[in-house]
Amino acid sequence: MAEAVPAGSQDPHGGHGHHEQSFWSKYVFSTDHKMIAMQYMFTGMAMGMIGAFMAYAFRMQLAFPGMEVPLYGLVSPANYNSLVTNHGTIMIFWVAMPVLLAGFGNFLIPLMIGCDDMVFPRINRLSYQIFLLSAIVLLASFFVPGGAFGGAWTAYPPLSSEAQYSLTPMGSSFWVVAVALEFVAFLMGGINFVTTAMNSRAPGMKMYDIPIVVWMIVIASILFMASVGPLIAGAIMLFFDQNLGTAFYDPSRGGDPILWQHLFWFFGHPEVYVVLLPALGVTAEIIPVFARKKFFAYKTVLYTVFATGVLSFTVWAHHQFIAGIDPRMANIFTVTTLLISVPIAEMCFVYIATLWGGSITLSTPMLWALAFVAEFLIGGVTGIFLGASGADIYMHDTYFVLAHFHYTFYPIAIVGTFAGFTFWFPKMFGRMMDDRLGKIHFWGSIIPFNCIFIPLFVLGMAGQHRRIFDFNAYPDLALPWMQHTREFVTIALLVMLAFQLVFFYNVWKSLRKGEKASKNPWKSNTLEWTTESPPGHGNWAELPTVYRGPYEYSVPDREEDYWPQNQPS
Amino acid sequence: MTDLEQGQSPLPMAAQRRGDRAVDSRVLGMLIFVASETMFFAGLVSGFTIVKSGAMVWPPPGQPRLPIEETAFNTAALLASGVLLFLARRAFSRDRTRCSQLLIAAIGLGAFFVIFQGVEWLQLIHFGLTLTSSTLGSFFYLIVGIHALHAVIAIALMLRIWLRMRRGWLAEGQFAAVAVFWYFVVGLWPILYLRVYL
Repeated sequence: MAEAVPAGSQDPHGGHGHHEQSFWSKYVFSTDHKMIAMQYMFTGMAMGMIGAFMAYAFRMQLAFPGMEVPLYGLVSPANYNSLVTNHGTIMIFWVAMPVLLAGFGNFLIPLMIGCDDMVFPRINRLSYQIFLLSAIVLLASFFVPGGAFGGAWTAYPPLSSEAQYSLTPMGSSFWVVAVALEFVAFLMGGINFVTTAMNSRAPGMKMYDIPIVVWMIVIASILFMASVGPLIAGAIMLFFDQNLGTAFYDPSRGGDPILWQHLFWFFGHPEVYVVLLPALGVTAEIIPVFARKKFFAYKTVLYTVFATGVLSFTVWAHHQFIAGIDPRMANIFTVTTLLISVPIAEMCFVYIATLWGGSITLSTPMLWALAFVAEFLIGGVTGIFLGASGADIYMHDTYFVLAHFHYTFYPIAIVGTFAGFTFWFPKMFGRMMDDRLGKIHFWGSIIPFNCIFIPLFVLGMAGQHRRIFDFNAYPDLALPWMQHTREFVTIALLVMLAFQLVFFYNVWKSLRKGEKASKNPWKSNTLEWTTESPPGHGNWAELPTVYRGPYEYSVPDREEDYWPQNQPS
Repeated sequence: MTDLEQGQSPLPMAAQRRGDRAVDSRVLGMLIFVASETMFFAGLVSGFTIVKSGAMVWPPPGQPRLPIEETAFNTAALLASGVLLFLARRAFSRDRTRCSQLLIAAIGLGAFFVIFQGVEWLQLIHFGLTLTSSTLGSFFYLIVGIHALHAVIAIALMLRIWLRMRRGWLAEGQFAAVAVFWYFVVGLWPILYLRVYL
């Protein structure tokens, strides 16, 4: 293998014939999957900063009620509701999904299966444009009369359907429209991902030679596309209720408010796996590379993921245990909910088995990957308490629930993103990242994260309810130790946010002065590491042929401890 | 019949160069989209079923009866359009003139279905069934209206296919993908008829 070929030393357009692209066609209206991946990723990260700013504003209000929050001002009760609602909406739909599913999916699928672009590049471009529009609609809702929607990210009617309760007639409609547009965008992306992975693989790449992360993104896309239909149906009904005077969710006129909860959670629970699977896939790529070991039980993992996907459609009513559903039905959903922890636990064991006996390098991407497994485990274990309907009746809508799903979503959306971003940064931009700054950022994010959410478990067990603007109105929840804990949590959040500056500095510095990356800096096997860093238009001068699976590390009797998929022998 | 033989293909190299794929990319993409659409309609219909089964009196008092017989006739017209499209697909590789005639006939019957339904709607509104008059009206206009919207889009796509075929630009995969969508619109309707009208 020719190592250390500097980026850009060859014709970056590969075998496609040279043609100059203007700024607009290269960066804005591009149909290149890599550029669309960057657009998704950076839009997602920008939305992440907005979501984090919202968390800062409402956490300051909780720790220091009635204080003028620096950079924001006074948080009124209506503002508080808008902030928590849109924080949740943004972090799940405009951060986790675009970065993990669309960002990594667009960047990795063609590069890892060895083709030059997505099957439908123009649909891919349209997908991003609709996504951007949806983000603008959501942010615009803060500037309409009445303000942004404040009825929680689950948008239960009647809070979402009737202006007399929500007090945000326009904001509610903007919210529904933004969410629906966003789903149309991901539907287009998902069709592209599945079709490309099925039809455009490099010659010789069989089903079991596809890297795990591509499988995970494909299965996540299938889960998304199978579950999103009912929610779009529900969103249309909600929009009609808000604007056309229908009564789909109004019981006084023959409708059914619980119907929305079913349609929402039928999508909402598979959605957890839609964002979890790409993050699991990213870590599955990183761990074998830095343990120099073959991935443990490739096929078993695939079957496990299929099983998870099927099971994820049968658990949704565990979000509705106190919504008045039949207790016998609740028992069934308790069983399926506990069942789904089995495949996820198995995945954690597989990762540990991959690490077992490996020669581990604790580089920044590896630290993030290991943290993902460890932190997600806490999220999964606390989920078992909530899955049992008896315990859930006590815990429902407390900070225990909040801490639980942040322990799942933070590892997914933040840890998974940083793991993948630091791992593929050399391939994306052709420069190495600063490892020391990367580690400072890692510890500066992980330690405060645990300081934020472990105390919230305790507060939740003590009965602290969610969605309360000022706990001083509830003397039982305004005890000094509780208020001190809230202050501690907010300070931990401030520390964590401050350490994100290290990340931005690192990116800025590495892009300008970082060491030039070779084709394959981590000595990895998968196909994306066989082309230039960054890959040119068309990805390869000559498209690769595949001879073996992606995880042949430390094969005995070979000089090199890795064996790229495209090397004949 | 590959894309290359037909010339003119909007797909990039990656989609064309594989000989061993089982299904054309455009057809596969459309099948995935249709699967997602099936779940969308399943959501609408199950919502309707839940509201209907939870009602004390059904249909809601003061609401007209839905036109069951006329719609049965219209259903037959739509199914016939699907059959014509199937025959057009079979004629595509042998006899382009016949294929073109069958396709325009399928489009015509599809357009008849939509117009007939529009006339029915006007009468129902006249008899007092509106979007806001009851949950029956809300669900009826929502479900049937969204199906009609799909039919209109599918008819526009078939017209585009017909024009491309006359100019000799049509690839087999494009025709097949649009056909999948029209089969979906046609095949879905009897189920909606059964669940909503009866």
